[in-house]
Amino acid sequence: MLKVGTDRCTGCRICEKICPFGAIAVVDKVAQVQANCTLCGACVSRCPAEALSIDRRRASEEELRSFSGMFIWGECEEKAGKLIPKKVVKELLSQGRRLSDKLGQQLSVVVLGDGRLTGLDTLIACGADRVVRCRHRLLSRFTSEGFTNAVSALISKEKPSVFLFGATPHGRELAPRVAARLQLGLTADCTGLDIDEKGHLVQTRPAFGGNIMASIVSPYTRPQMATVRPNVFSAGEPDSSRKGRIEDFEVALSQTAIRTKLVGVEQLADESSVGIEDADIIVAAGIGCRKKENLALIQELADALGGVTAGSRAIVELDWIPHTKQVGQSGLTVGPQLYIAVGISGAIQHLVGMSSAKTVIVINKDPDAPIFKVADLGIVGDAMEIVPMLIKKLKK
Amino acid sequence: MKILICIKQVPEITDVTINPETGTLMREGVASILNPFCEYAMEAALGLKRQRRDIELVAISMGPPQAGSALMRCLEMGADRATLLSDARFAGSDTWATALTLAEAIKRIEGDFDLIIVGKQAIDGDTAQVGPELAEILGLPGIMYAVSVELALDKKRARVKREVENGYEIVEMRLPGLVSISKGPMIRSVSSFQEILDARKKELRVLSASDLELDQDKLGLHGSPTQVVEIFPPRVKARGELIDGSDAETATEKTISFLREKRFI
Repeated sequence: MLKVGTDRCTGCRICEKICPFGAIAVVDKVAQVQANCTLCGACVSRCPAEALSIDRRRASEEELRSFSGMFIWGECEEKAGKLIPKKVVKELLSQGRRLSDKLGQQLSVVVLGDGRLTGLDTLIACGADRVVRCRHRLLSRFTSEGFTNAVSALISKEKPSVFLFGATPHGRELAPRVAARLQLGLTADCTGLDIDEKGHLVQTRPAFGGNIMASIVSPYTRPQMATVRPNVFSAGEPDSSRKGRIEDFEVALSQTAIRTKLVGVEQLADESSVGIEDADIIVAAGIGCRKKENLALIQELADALGGVTAGSRAIVELDWIPHTKQVGQSGLTVGPQLYIAVGISGAIQHLVGMSSAKTVIVINKDPDAPIFKVADLGIVGDAMEIVPMLIKKLKK
Repeated sequence: MKILICIKQVPEITDVTINPETGTLMREGVASILNPFCEYAMEAALGLKRQRRDIELVAISMGPPQAGSALMRCLEMGADRATLLSDARFAGSDTWATALTLAEAIKRIEGDFDLIIVGKQAIDGDTAQVGPELAEILGLPGIMYAVSVELALDKKRARVKREVENGYEIVEMRLPGLVSISKGPMIRSVSSFQEILDARKKELRVLSASDLELDQDKLGLHGSPTQVVEIFPPRVKARGELIDGSDAETATEKTISFLREKRFI
């Protein structure tokens, strides 16, 4: 239960404002916990007097079994004034469906946003049994504190056994916040998910830059939480005959809960342009392209094939391309039909980011470059000589 | 004003290989370095310190005794003092146990900080989880994937430029808070002889779980909610065709016919 250290409590009312359920009332300058407290923990770390605490101990087998159902965070992006679920959500749904069927449990998606939320029927077509919609003006754009409050509140009420997030920049901030608040095990960037004979979620991920794979379980905490990189799993075909329901989840949020303030944005790409995570054809450049000016050739090759350009971490650090085009462990994971790597040596961190590509062509001078290991067609030669010829031929 | 930098020592992962017989990690002879993103975090903090003389910079790490050398590197770069949390009981900590140990230690010994700066992720685990988890446990607002940090004149707020999927956001927060750093100079600066000498005069203390009076049940492997059940080498894709590109024209022809065969053109 939520304990109030009455000797410490100063009656400042921050907890009262923070509580997503309105379950705390300050009476006679002391916080009082009401019966509708769900132990979501939103108040604990925000108490300036450290007067609030929740004793979370390891759950017994019986308590673990009381957690049931699988949840996916239905992250949305803004397009043409609407909030629409991202592609990664559909990828998670195809995995989630398989795992839910194995567990014999319900699959739900939670979407956070405001009145602009649209396209939620697609989530049902993609495999969800239930869409939980949480609308609030303070959820109109992502803030880690606002979203953490809402998701933790939902978990405390719904008690699911599994919760999956896309390992997008926002997902990689939200999931650890929720995990820390509820004291849950969390595995980042999973490339494989399965259910073992005990019903635990087995989460497989690369470690040491992709040199090894590790399988991880969270045996004592529920929900079992994991993030999954975009493009690691493929989305299934939507089935519009699937039945499901959309429900609303009410959450009380106050401005006090959110201590960060957006003061400006710099967009490097407009909404209509295809990002590398969604591209079917990618031409990626590395340090072997020798100078920034040569990237014009890479762009020309991409244009000739109807694709987009990307690059390695090395050239992002040199400011040849922005971080929004970086492929690899510390950048984005891509899964195009065709990936052409030009002058990229292929550090293991880069390979982790592009190993979902269906077909890979490599052009590199160094026959020992590790990237040749993943090539379907490898050309040992001078990229700056071959690429212009390719462009010429393609344009004919 | 006090800034804490939480750092990690990591193996130079490009050298890590798997023993094919046992399936375990071969770490012998692999050099240990200060995690590059932590080095960027140090650079960001030093940038602030150059503008404001009254900033005290304290580096903190949790790790085995040899992780002291990564903290020594921070002292050489310009941190004022350093603390290593080192105890066999910390071994096997997952991200939650790591964040909890750091948070509890910070509360006990450096509770009066204004800002915590961390690297966005460590290159061995690549989880990027400890930063947000640390912020949550300490009850702090946080801004992740920062490329630059500025302090308001009254030092009560930070203004941060951070990477997002389609560009950058400029975000402000009230301090105390936590920032994770995503980018920095690619070239690792080498410490000068003078910096190495100066660093040796600075304080580098080592504290154990008992020194910090930490709850034993929440430490190390035992206190970690996640458990590794298996480690195995990644699947290797079959190698495709390799052609000699010294004759650019022939190589181009072959590439074009490959693209045709695969129906990309």
